[in-house]
Amino acid sequence: MSSSLVLELVRPVAPDPQDKRWRIVDATMRKLGHQSRALIETLHTVQEAFGYIDEAALRYVATSLHVPLSRTYGVATFYHFFTLKPAGKHTCVVCMGTACYIKGAPQLLSAVEKDYAINPGETTHDGLVSLLTARCLGSCGLAPAVVYDHEVAGKVTAQDLRERVAEWMSNDS
Amino acid sequence: MTPEEVEQIAQAEREEQKKFTHTLRVCVAAGCQSCQSQAVKDAFDQEIKKRGTEHICRAKGVGCMGLCAEGPLVSTGDGTLYKRVVSTDAAEIVDSLEGPPVNRLLCSTDIPFFQRQKKIVLENSGMVDPERIEDYIAANGYSTLLHVLTEMAPTQAIDEIVKSGLRGRGGAGYPTGLKWSTVAKASARKVKYAICNADEGDPGAFMDRSVLESDPHRVIEGMAIAAYAVGASEGFIYVRAEYPLAIKRLRTAIRQAERLGLLGHNICGTRFSFGVDLRLGAGAFVCGEETALLASVEGKRGTPRPRPPYPAQEGLFGEPTLINNVETYANVPPIIRNGGEWYAKIGTERSKGTKVFALAGRVENTGLVEVPMGITLREVVYEIGGGIPQGRKCKAVQTGGPSGGCIPAEFLDMPVDYESLAKVGSIMGSGGMIVIDDSSCMVDVAKYFMDFCMTESCGKCIPCRVGTYQMHQLLDKITKLEAGEQDIAMLKELCELLKNTSLCGLGQSAPNPVLSTLHYFAEEYTAHVQNGQCPAGVCGKHNADGR
Repeated sequence: MSSSLVLELVRPVAPDPQDKRWRIVDATMRKLGHQSRALIETLHTVQEAFGYIDEAALRYVATSLHVPLSRTYGVATFYHFFTLKPAGKHTCVVCMGTACYIKGAPQLLSAVEKDYAINPGETTHDGLVSLLTARCLGSCGLAPAVVYDHEVAGKVTAQDLRERVAEWMSNDS
Repeated sequence: MTPEEVEQIAQAEREEQKKFTHTLRVCVAAGCQSCQSQAVKDAFDQEIKKRGTEHICRAKGVGCMGLCAEGPLVSTGDGTLYKRVVSTDAAEIVDSLEGPPVNRLLCSTDIPFFQRQKKIVLENSGMVDPERIEDYIAANGYSTLLHVLTEMAPTQAIDEIVKSGLRGRGGAGYPTGLKWSTVAKASARKVKYAICNADEGDPGAFMDRSVLESDPHRVIEGMAIAAYAVGASEGFIYVRAEYPLAIKRLRTAIRQAERLGLLGHNICGTRFSFGVDLRLGAGAFVCGEETALLASVEGKRGTPRPRPPYPAQEGLFGEPTLINNVETYANVPPIIRNGGEWYAKIGTERSKGTKVFALAGRVENTGLVEVPMGITLREVVYEIGGGIPQGRKCKAVQTGGPSGGCIPAEFLDMPVDYESLAKVGSIMGSGGMIVIDDSSCMVDVAKYFMDFCMTESCGKCIPCRVGTYQMHQLLDKITKLEAGEQDIAMLKELCELLKNTSLCGLGQSAPNPVLSTLHYFAEEYTAHVQNGQCPAGVCGKHNADGR
């Protein structure tokens, strides 16, 4: 691995040069002068473009910014927002902020956990639905809140949530 | 761009606005947007077009109007406010503009929720279009910055802030004027930085988000004034990646301000240059701590370091750095415009001005409120908040998030200011205010916050990394009704340990929710431990999921 790393330092090549999404990543790094301080911004761009950050991406970003792979991995795993695994086709994010917690978010979470035998952060076996939690969406006025595929819904009941997830599971199977 | 040219823009925009007899203001901040307010605005646009009245009638997207629980909110500009508006109501509302209002959608503005507030930070929220700089300029925006740049010396600007008595709105309440003068006096090797801390990590707090979504230019103007005062030439806004709408509006606002020469080189022909860039947080609560925030802006893991040296001396890239919170910056333009003495007249002896709170939890009117310091908790919960739903009893008010405490109902008549809150074992914090009723178990609430701190501990210092885990284990045991007296004693011991030996604010304040509940709700702990009962009926074996 060490010899390949040295080679990469000389001339980093995007994991898949044909994939145009790497150009967006390159643009972010160029804008910030390929300095090590650009690391977090670049990881954001990778995640936005690809949905997650895989090992090849970590290596590419590390060599391009001259940041040790260990530090790149450290940063990527330190921050909760970054994910190293692809999410399911649909995502269901249950807000676990204080207001949502007081208004019953734990019950929402356990409904999905029980129905589909998955824990927060996991995806159903068929890769259809990922169950995630958020620290706080800032939609406390509408607690409890859930984000269905990037769309925030307020005052959610366990019944609403069950129906929505069931709909995803049946439509796509 | 000269001050005169900016004034021309303001004039032109005001003229333009006068052309419209009716302006429907639709809230497009995140709260109402998640109730499809964008569709409502589009429906208004269509209905107006259908009637061919585009020249006198328009729909305008505006920021938060406060009463998030009743969204989407629409205001007609003549004092009529509509609640829970859906797209299909658009035609009826447009038709009613010349006549009596649509009664079934009316939201009374005479209620204490609106009447008891005092808006300084939020004065433009719900009024201006957050995506148009012209609208902000027409509301006297950027005129204060230009006044400062052309008429005032940096020290004069600092003097006004000192006079105002403004204290940091991020939580700790450090005097803003003092912080500014420290940074101003510090000498830089190359540049000084001004940073806006918009990493609003407290669960249950959404004030900064609302300000950024509703009035982004206000924050930028405040930052630019601060930068001039302390001699900073580069600025960063560190904003949570979880707030996509705020990020989008900030990006737009920065671009617009740059285009008009209100940011960038030689602002408005003066010698002052200042640029602002965004840095996105990535979901780490600890990054709200200033030294951790600096590490994160530098592209590193967000771990704090011991202070001193304070960021005012050695901050970002080792340079003197001013770090203020969103709300603090948003207070700056009105203070300079009206004078520090004007601001100092509002509030209490040691806590001046107003504070924005995100009122949430078990309360009727959830939403965003701005109140003068010194108002009592009872006024906030029962008058502005409209009391507790279903006639239940208020048990406690939680302020300050995971760093704060639970204030029991017996202190509801206490004034809300930095000192009073600290005296009862809580903190002002950034402004999250969660009302808890008798359906919640206070031990469970304490466990919730400890779970938060445990997960968010950065792991750098042992007291916090291991201590929060141990405390969570103990609280978990209590909520499973398996604990004994010795566990409570151990819990108390750990509280002191974390408080005294943790490296940063996260660990030092993590015991606060436990300490305050142990102090005020000791009987609930006793019931769990001695009688094997949870008075609120929340805890028990079924609570065995470890959350």
